[in-house]
Amino acid sequence: MTIDRRTLLGGAAALPAIGALPWNSARAQANNTLKIGVLTDMSGTYRDGCGPGSVAAVRQAVQDSGVTGRNIQVEVLQGDHQNKPDVASTIARQWIDRDGVDVIIDVATSSCALAVHGVVREKNKIMLNSTGATADLTGSACTPNTIHWTYDTWMLANSTGGAMVKAGGDTWYFITADYAFGHALERDTTSLVQKQGGRVLGSVRHPFPGTTDFSSFLLQAQQSRAKVVGLANAGVDTINSVKQAAEFGLTRRQKLAVLLMIISDVHSLGLNTAQGLVLSETYYWDLNDRTRNLANKIKGQLNGAMPTMWQAGCYSAALHYLKAAADMGVAQAKASGAETVVRMKAMPTDDDAFGPGSIRQDGRKLHPSYLFEVKAPGESKGPWDYYKLVRTVPAEEAFRPMAEGGCSLVRT
Amino acid sequence: MASATTLSPDLSPGASQGGAPAAMPPAAPGVFGFTRAQAVALLLLIAALIACPFFLYPQFLMKLLCFALFACAFNLLIGYVGLLSFGHAAYFGMGSYIAAHAAKVWGLTPEVSILLGGVVGALFGLVFGWIAIRRAGIYFAMITLALAQMVYFFCLQAPFTHGEDGIQSIPRGMLFGVIDLRADMSMYWFVAGLFLIGFLLIHRIIHSPFGQVLTAIRENEPRATSLGYRTDDYKLVAFVLSAGIAGVAGGAKAITVGIATLTDVHWSMSGEVVLMTLLGGLGTLFGPVIGAAAVVSMQTYLAPFGAWVTIIQGGIFVLCVLAFRAGIVGEIARMLRVKL
Amino acid sequence: MTGNTPLLEEILFQLEMSAPQIALGLVNGAFYALLSLGLAVIFGMLNVINFAHGAQFMMGAFVAWMLLNWAGIPYWGALILSPLIVGAFGVVLEKTMISRLYKLDHLYGLLLTFGLALIIEGLFRNGFGASGLPYAPPAALSGAPVDLGFMLMPKYRLWVVVAAFAVCIATWLVIEKTRLGAYLRAATENAPLVQAFGVNVPRMVTLTYAAGVALAALAGVLAAPIYSVNPGMGSNFIIVVFAVVVIGGMGSILGSVITGFGLGLVEGLTRVVYPEASATVIFVIMAIVLLARPAGLFGRA
Repeated sequence: MTIDRRTLLGGAAALPAIGALPWNSARAQANNTLKIGVLTDMSGTYRDGCGPGSVAAVRQAVQDSGVTGRNIQVEVLQGDHQNKPDVASTIARQWIDRDGVDVIIDVATSSCALAVHGVVREKNKIMLNSTGATADLTGSACTPNTIHWTYDTWMLANSTGGAMVKAGGDTWYFITADYAFGHALERDTTSLVQKQGGRVLGSVRHPFPGTTDFSSFLLQAQQSRAKVVGLANAGVDTINSVKQAAEFGLTRRQKLAVLLMIISDVHSLGLNTAQGLVLSETYYWDLNDRTRNLANKIKGQLNGAMPTMWQAGCYSAALHYLKAAADMGVAQAKASGAETVVRMKAMPTDDDAFGPGSIRQDGRKLHPSYLFEVKAPGESKGPWDYYKLVRTVPAEEAFRPMAEGGCSLVRT
Repeated sequence: MASATTLSPDLSPGASQGGAPAAMPPAAPGVFGFTRAQAVALLLLIAALIACPFFLYPQFLMKLLCFALFACAFNLLIGYVGLLSFGHAAYFGMGSYIAAHAAKVWGLTPEVSILLGGVVGALFGLVFGWIAIRRAGIYFAMITLALAQMVYFFCLQAPFTHGEDGIQSIPRGMLFGVIDLRADMSMYWFVAGLFLIGFLLIHRIIHSPFGQVLTAIRENEPRATSLGYRTDDYKLVAFVLSAGIAGVAGGAKAITVGIATLTDVHWSMSGEVVLMTLLGGLGTLFGPVIGAAAVVSMQTYLAPFGAWVTIIQGGIFVLCVLAFRAGIVGEIARMLRVKL
Repeated sequence: MTGNTPLLEEILFQLEMSAPQIALGLVNGAFYALLSLGLAVIFGMLNVINFAHGAQFMMGAFVAWMLLNWAGIPYWGALILSPLIVGAFGVVLEKTMISRLYKLDHLYGLLLTFGLALIIEGLFRNGFGASGLPYAPPAALSGAPVDLGFMLMPKYRLWVVVAAFAVCIATWLVIEKTRLGAYLRAATENAPLVQAFGVNVPRMVTLTYAAGVALAALAGVLAAPIYSVNPGMGSNFIIVVFAVVVIGGMGSILGSVITGFGLGLVEGLTRVVYPEASATVIFVIMAIVLLARPAGLFGRA
């Protein structure tokens, strides 16, 4: 009886050990394995834009890179940060400490991006950020361990905002998600509008997350009589705002500027509601033969959806990383994240997602951005045929000039 | 049937199992109020605290201990006073934010920061408790939930919390100004010590005369009132203590993980601590610790499976309520006929 | 109006600005009222706080979406069918799980339904993603917004207010004025006695739960064309609705309806005065009401 009791009690006390291996076992791993961690939103608002599709894109990149033929093993891990910075930083730490992860790719939402940004700096590993938006990653907060891959708030403001102002939309009113990303987007767009001689008449901030009814904010925007209503929010919030703007007839007298919208959002809205919206992306599947080629390779793993620019960015980032790592040798690439990043910056990039490009000293990946208009239902010839190309912004103009970012890595 | 006559007055596993309390032997007077079984379990727990960091990832263990302390604080209220607070994230989260702010912006030492977190948690507990204890049962649960939601929106708006970004890169600092906590192992011993102090403090509270009155209130409040106890005052003090310890747990978590965010104040955090306590065993001394270990392990190791974590957590909730109301430790205790 | 003082002009201007917001608040209030009504019906009979109410609201919207996209059944059909389907799901839940808890503390019901809410939301998130699915309003109610004089109100929103109001009144009439309602109220007070009169009380309890769930699903169908149909749409609402229920007082059907609409209005007004607080104002009101009247505005102490 006594023994039974002790055994049971011991069992209860040892419960935390279930499923947990000795934490430092991974350190003894073979040295020709590169480990890529795809840290993304697998269950939240942004899941459809990155999530499982980002993992599929990275796997495709591993296959396309051809490194496995050169006796280099690549292991891809996936993690769900649930859009919570604390979860993101915990997983990142664990991956690096325990699993020996060398590079973390994707990292949706600005707050999670900033959290992982700090961790990889501390541990001298790498973050290749595709989905996070804040331009601070290559500005005031830049580090030698991060490359910001696909887009950023400055680029969105510059492309979409700039196009609106040029088309005569010189008075603005913002509906802004009340958190870091929304504030950054509003700030970047405001400065652009003012620089081009426009005026911002006001803004209203809606609680995030949890706002489902935007009608009252839209009404205030209507009453402001601004020519352009800028939506500085993302995901479900943007979808709801656009839907409700159509309902209230806001678009009859005012123009909507959706500052961040990607193709999966358009799909979710439906062309009936989304038609005529102007938006900026850096990848669209139907842009040219190369982009179509990439889409054809990945779409089988996306439940019939086409890849988004976030997923395409993950593909491009993983591909370039593997090229650089193979080039400098796996052992060296594993030894120092910062050195690998230096190598990546020195090599020109080229892939099916963004075509030829380069990486700037401050960690900004450069490629063209595109201004699209969403097609009307009658113009769309098939599923996912959603965009008309309005304008191409060349790589040199698409992103914030290095001198304005305030990045400490930039020597003047 | 919804008739009110057959409902048991409280949530304690003993009473809800129809006559089970009689099967429990009266607590034998042991060492420092521990029964023999409890003393054995405590020794095992301490042994585990010492041995685990050599086998398991310290960062994971520290997080686990912070949540275990949080669950113990919560258990003080539900297990021993019979009050289900569905808003304990408010105190945990405020503790976390305050400790983070104190350590990062004011540059205070970690122990002072964490203590400050506890004090603020207790202050919030005082105000919210004062409002909430006017009602009991379900009303109490819903009121605490709604009040916690208010704190959530406050944290969303207040500039010092940095909204969705949270307070990041919190320095661990020097313990008492002399011991550097940057190494994971030194931090671990600090957190383990803190947890043990909190755990023993809660045990002490339960076994004090004050704790006996709380149990009396849980069992039969009108009777306690008629015996001349001002039951509301007792409940409030218990609430403040629970909130204060939850604040300490939150502060310790912020310093350990280096980040304080809205997750800590969100209502799903309140749900998680209920789950930990329920799974481990309401009203048992060791239940919350085991429950927290199980839930944190699950979250860590199931993380790659996305929304399945939520589904499994929900499943465990349902299973616990329908078939397993005494929880892991409660069931073990019943099998062994001891008190744990 | 040239003779007005600046102050009066200011007041008139403010009124003109706030009238549309208040009208919009009524739309939100309609959802609060429908949802808190469902909660009140369930609580009155079963003494269970149905935490899965938000998930069932979400299910109502999703079922409407499935009916449209998988079976070709339009909005008006979904308005009837979706509550029936989700109500049937409620019957299963009540029969298999919730009915086992009546002999225990009410809090177990809260915990059980909380777990159910997590499961349902997780399953839908796995199946449909999180960013939401489009659902167009019916043709008869889309088209140009109605000019109310002080604002342009989309037809569909007017319909929501009217429909919700009608359903609330109908539910109140059923419970207060019909024989069925009399049985219900009697069973709440003394179930064995009602059973002795030959009424099948357990079945009545099951159907009451189903009815409450169906109300949530109905609200979900009404919400589908306004909000995007996504797995989190219910949990955003449910906490606010809990506060509404606490303010109204759990005892009263009419109380939950009036409080629902009323708080919608207050929220709308806050959006004009201080938009950042619009998410908090209901909780602040709750705290004040609790201090003055612990049983809620319409509750019996």
